[in-house]
Amino acid sequence: MRKLRVVHYINNFFAGIGGEEKADIPPEVREGVVGPGLALNKALGNEAEIVATVICGDSYFGQKTDSAKETMLEMIKSHKPDIFVAGPAFNAGRYGFACGEMAMYVEKELEIPVVSAMYRENPGVDMYKRDLHIIETEISAADMRNAVPRMANLVLKLAKGEEVGSPAEEGYHERGIRVNYFHEKRGSERGVDLLVKKMNGQECVTEYPMPVFDRVDPNPAVKDISKVKVAIVTSGGIVPQGNPDRIESSSATKYGIYDINGMDRLSADDFMTIHGGYDRAFVTEDPNLVVPLDVMREMESEGVIGELANYFVTTTGTGTSVGNAKGFGEDFAQKLVADGVGAVILTST
Amino acid sequence: MRLELGKINITDVQPGEVTKVENGTLYVNQQEIIELALKDDRIKDVRVEFARPGESVRIAPVKDVIEPRVKVSGSGAMFPGMINKVKTVGSGRTHALVGANVITCGKIVGFQEGIIDMSGPTAKYTPFSETNNICIVIEPADNLETHDYEQAARLAGLKIGALVGEAGKNVEPDEVVVYETKPIAEQTAQYPNLPKVGYIHMLQSQGLLHDTFYYGVDAKQMVPTFMYPTEIMDGAITSGNCVAPCDKVTTFHHLNNPVIEDLYKRHGKDLNFIGVILTNENVFLADKERSSDMVGKFVEFLGLDGVIITEEGYGNPDTDLMMNCKKATDAGAKVVLITDEFPGRDGKSQSLADAVPEADTLVSCGNGNVIVEFPPMDKIIGTLDYVETMIGGYEGSLREDGSIEAEIQIIIASTIANGYNTLSARMY
Amino acid sequence: MVKEVERAGIPVVHMATVVPISLTIGANRIIPGVGIPYPLGDPTLGEVKSKKIRRSMVERALTALQTEVDGQTVFE
Repeated sequence: MRKLRVVHYINNFFAGIGGEEKADIPPEVREGVVGPGLALNKALGNEAEIVATVICGDSYFGQKTDSAKETMLEMIKSHKPDIFVAGPAFNAGRYGFACGEMAMYVEKELEIPVVSAMYRENPGVDMYKRDLHIIETEISAADMRNAVPRMANLVLKLAKGEEVGSPAEEGYHERGIRVNYFHEKRGSERGVDLLVKKMNGQECVTEYPMPVFDRVDPNPAVKDISKVKVAIVTSGGIVPQGNPDRIESSSATKYGIYDINGMDRLSADDFMTIHGGYDRAFVTEDPNLVVPLDVMREMESEGVIGELANYFVTTTGTGTSVGNAKGFGEDFAQKLVADGVGAVILTST
Repeated sequence: MRLELGKINITDVQPGEVTKVENGTLYVNQQEIIELALKDDRIKDVRVEFARPGESVRIAPVKDVIEPRVKVSGSGAMFPGMINKVKTVGSGRTHALVGANVITCGKIVGFQEGIIDMSGPTAKYTPFSETNNICIVIEPADNLETHDYEQAARLAGLKIGALVGEAGKNVEPDEVVVYETKPIAEQTAQYPNLPKVGYIHMLQSQGLLHDTFYYGVDAKQMVPTFMYPTEIMDGAITSGNCVAPCDKVTTFHHLNNPVIEDLYKRHGKDLNFIGVILTNENVFLADKERSSDMVGKFVEFLGLDGVIITEEGYGNPDTDLMMNCKKATDAGAKVVLITDEFPGRDGKSQSLADAVPEADTLVSCGNGNVIVEFPPMDKIIGTLDYVETMIGGYEGSLREDGSIEAEIQIIIASTIANGYNTLSARMY
Repeated sequence: MVKEVERAGIPVVHMATVVPISLTIGANRIIPGVGIPYPLGDPTLGEVKSKKIRRSMVERALTALQTEVDGQTVFE
């Protein structure tokens, strides 16, 4: 078994090139280890070795992010790595940003396992923890000798396809990802345990902390809707008969945009619903209960609204993750903007 | 109310001339079952097939699972108000054939029916891979309207469950468990120093294939009410729904409600189990407000110190769950919730559709969005035709060789939110 | 999806039955729907009445779009 090839990324300071006055150095690459790479190499043991180290000034990366990323990707690629390690960045914010950005980019482009390490207040943690494994470190580089072995350990597991344990076991920042496992006791028994503890005023830890949903400021009101193009979007799962794009009945991975040009109403002959979360009998007979084309077309011809967009956007709301829904929204919102849509009516069941 | 539940352990199921239990084997007269089912002219054809633990068998689309039980003594008969006369049940003696189940399947009614694998990597997600199953494959009459088909299949399952259950009437059980809850003043007086606990049991009630019945009453039409825990063991509550297969509370799960079982285990030791508050999950906001207000009222009136709340389904019922949680807390009880999660296939999204700060103690029954592999099985009971439109399935789910890639929500009762299973989720 | 439309700069009104969910997830302009299986109308009252309800709800939705709000607002 050949040794796995590792490329290591560090900044100007850890490369020994200089402090703040050298934070503007452009990317460079050197063979073998530099600075903390020595300790990292040792920690990797016989299974892997650092074949090259890429270095970049934190300020350079921050100001010329795109070009720095591209330049370094080429440098990294040329060494044919199996693994990429960035940092540890401890509490250095710009360095944390650079480590996070590079790790994400390398993982995406080269499809190899990556790892980084940061202190919990490093802004890079909040930015990247969901998408990357970031080992938790103390605030300063004095923690190097704890951080490095944990980074090596974790990234080797990732490289070998071994199961990665919990944040507590492996030492990485909690990523906010829900992972299934089989407990010894069944849920109802755990529930009774928790209740008895709670009633007795003892400490009890929830198995799922309540989620937080972000907020967006409302847009200013439409001045005169009789001059505006309005579009209909729905999570009620209305699709053309036969569901040609195979949108799922739950946990949708896609959305559809369907033509309503020339239609006065949605006919039950042409449209159906595939949403698995409600009694579909009513909507099957009259899809206008979810996509109100009939009344909106009337309002358009009466001049109450300026114009109705000649399509509607649809997906299934039930079981569909916020992540997916957000992705759909980002996507079709662009089309709506490009089409000059000035207001949206979004219906949900 | 006091019930003796006699558990007769079944380790095998075989066809036989007479439906009976002998040395742990349940013999089933298939013809008798077929004739019973065909009495309903909404059913065109019926097949009876067996599926045993470890066999290379896949059952799909599954509608309901019913444990065969029979009243030996005490008022009423199994499934009152559904297939037997309305009469209060839950007292006397009942026998259960534990380890055997009647499973109704056949052409799909809605998108919400699911899969059971009797062996292989996904068998561990459903309790029914470990029971000896009598599968009733139902073919509806031509052009049968969906509400009719659902009802016909549901009643057939219950009738057959009761018929097979009769085989246990005169058999000496392997184990007898006694459950007792007294009327409130007596119950409170029995354990005056123990905290009073109630179980708030939310019943799915959203319309076609999302219904539940209490003594034959559609839960959509109920307002919250009180039930002695033992009533559920005689089939006072039956399932008419398959919300998403993973969440489905089958009639089996009603009969074997794990929260009731586990509260009874500690009854008299560190808690005083007062009883069950039944409520529903309707599709109108006013109903949600009304039901949760009344649940809060019960909590206050019964003087409960603590409650466990279970939900059936996900999405809009999360709102009922949160309303019940808040109002029970406001009424002075400590609250623990049991529910499953839907944070997306990557586990990164929010797991619930609604949230309140009072929901600070929750048991998780797992992430239903996780994708798993189902290898091909030698035998299919029912059909795989609908897999890609079933909940948890998607385009490309079903492969030519019969293997399937789908979310675990397609597996019956895999993440059931009453805590029956050991599957859970944690934060990584 | 509501928030992404809002983020793109397009005023959006959410017509939904389960108002608590709409509030929890963060919609700003909300019109309560009639029922989950029929948010915009009431088929139990017959087609004509159902459509009338739908028309009046959409009119309220248009009013909501033309009303300044400074936070989440349910237009009953």
